[in-house]
Formats: sequence, C-alpha cells, structure tokens
Amino acid sequence: MARALIHVPPTAKRGEVIEIKTLISHVMETGYRIGVTGKPIPRDIIDDFVCTYNGEEVFRAKLYPAIAANPFISFFTVATESGTLAFSWTDQHGATQVQTAAITVE
Amino acid sequence: MLLHIAIRPARATPAMMRDAVRTAIGEAPVTKGKVKLDLPPIVENGNSVPCTVTVESPMTATDYVKAIHVFNEKNPQPNVISVKLGPRAGRAAFTTRIRLADSQTVTAIAEMSDGSCWSDDVDVIVTLAACVEESIK
Repeated sequence: MARALIHVPPTAKRGEVIEIKTLISHVMETGYRIGVTGKPIPRDIIDDFVCTYNGEEVFRAKLYPAIAANPFISFFTVATESGTLAFSWTDQHGATQVQTAAITVE
Repeated sequence: MLLHIAIRPARATPAMMRDAVRTAIGEAPVTKGKVKLDLPPIVENGNSVPCTVTVESPMTATDYVKAIHVFNEKNPQPNVISVKLGPRAGRAAFTTRIRLADSQTVTAIAEMSDGSCWSDDVDVIVTLAACVEESIK
C-alpha cells in the first residue's frame, strides 16, 4: 500500500514502558475537497490501525478523515518479553499493510 | 475567497458532536478532569496539527483506561480518532496529527475500566484552515 516508518527501541528492560512511533505515507483524502474539475475528490482513508505484541493486541485506533495526511501515531506499551511487534494499517477498501519490528527484552 | 465559503461542504455542529459522543461512550456521564488534551492554542496550518492526549491512570490490570476518543465541533465530521488500549499500554497517552477546518473547541474523552468517563476541552484558533479544495500543482 505505502511506505511505513516505525520506531521501536531495539532493546528494553523487562517491565519498562516504551514509546512506539509509527508513520505511514497515505493521502488520507477526506472526500470533502473539491477537485480542480469542480467535482468532489473521492474519500480514501486508512481507517484502522492495530499494534500487536507477540500476537496480543496492545493498541488499536480508528481513524477518521480528520487525521492529517501521512498518519503519524505514537503510543506506549510495556516491554514484557522479547519478540515481535506487528503493525497493521487497513484502508477503507480493506487493503491491509503489515510491518513488524523486533524487540529484545533483558 | 467568498466563492470558497459558498461551496464549503456542510459542517458538523455542536449537536452532531454531542451525538457522536453518545454513540462512542453511551449515556455515561462525563466529568472534566484526569484527561490532558495538548493542542497548540494558535494553529497556523489546520492541515496538520499535533495532538497529544494523556490520561491520569495507574494502568494496572484492575484500573486502566479502556478507550480515548477525540471530537471536534466544526470539521465536516465530528469524530477525529478513537483509540482502544488496556493495561498493556503502561501509559495512557498517544500523539497524532489532525486536521482542523476552523477555529473551534476540540474535546478528548477517556473511558475508564470502571465505566467512568473524563474529558478535557481545548479552544484552538486556526489561521489557515484544512483545505477543502485541491491545490493547483
């Protein structure tokens, strides 16, 4: 779908609260704008974002057209064990993009 | 400029925002406090406004924030973002960037695990609104 940038600390102490930053390139077209032809530009947004930590959901966001283009979301989670964080963005047409990041917990 | 105002699509109203709040959290009473909504008081560009919500909560297995919702009064739609979290979050906070079509009040509401709801309102002045027409490339 698009290019995504993720920042997850590569290592963390057990029980530490870590900040995760994500950004995906997407127009987030609201559907309310009028194009140069005078017709409305069709709505095209990412409406769902989920982060799972070793398969367990830790954060979910429902996005609306009021989210700026190239949605940036940062949030926190507790580093419980080494493993994989998976991030998935789903657009209104059902297309999903998944990206993963590894974390080592000491 | 006048023409732009004339063709601007219908906007959300405070009443629509109230409806959106009730759809999201049900009939639970909302109390001010515990939530901190951070927005710049004066926004130069409404197309991308940094927005941070922080909720006071110990985030333990028995006392945590279930969800955080952000609403606005005057964009075409009252909803901005709805976030679901749990004890695994560790800290009940998130940051994103939002669009604002006009100077208005933005509201953040947090739903706690005990069912109580807390909120914060911020008035923002927007000098350049999120655009409603395509830019000429």
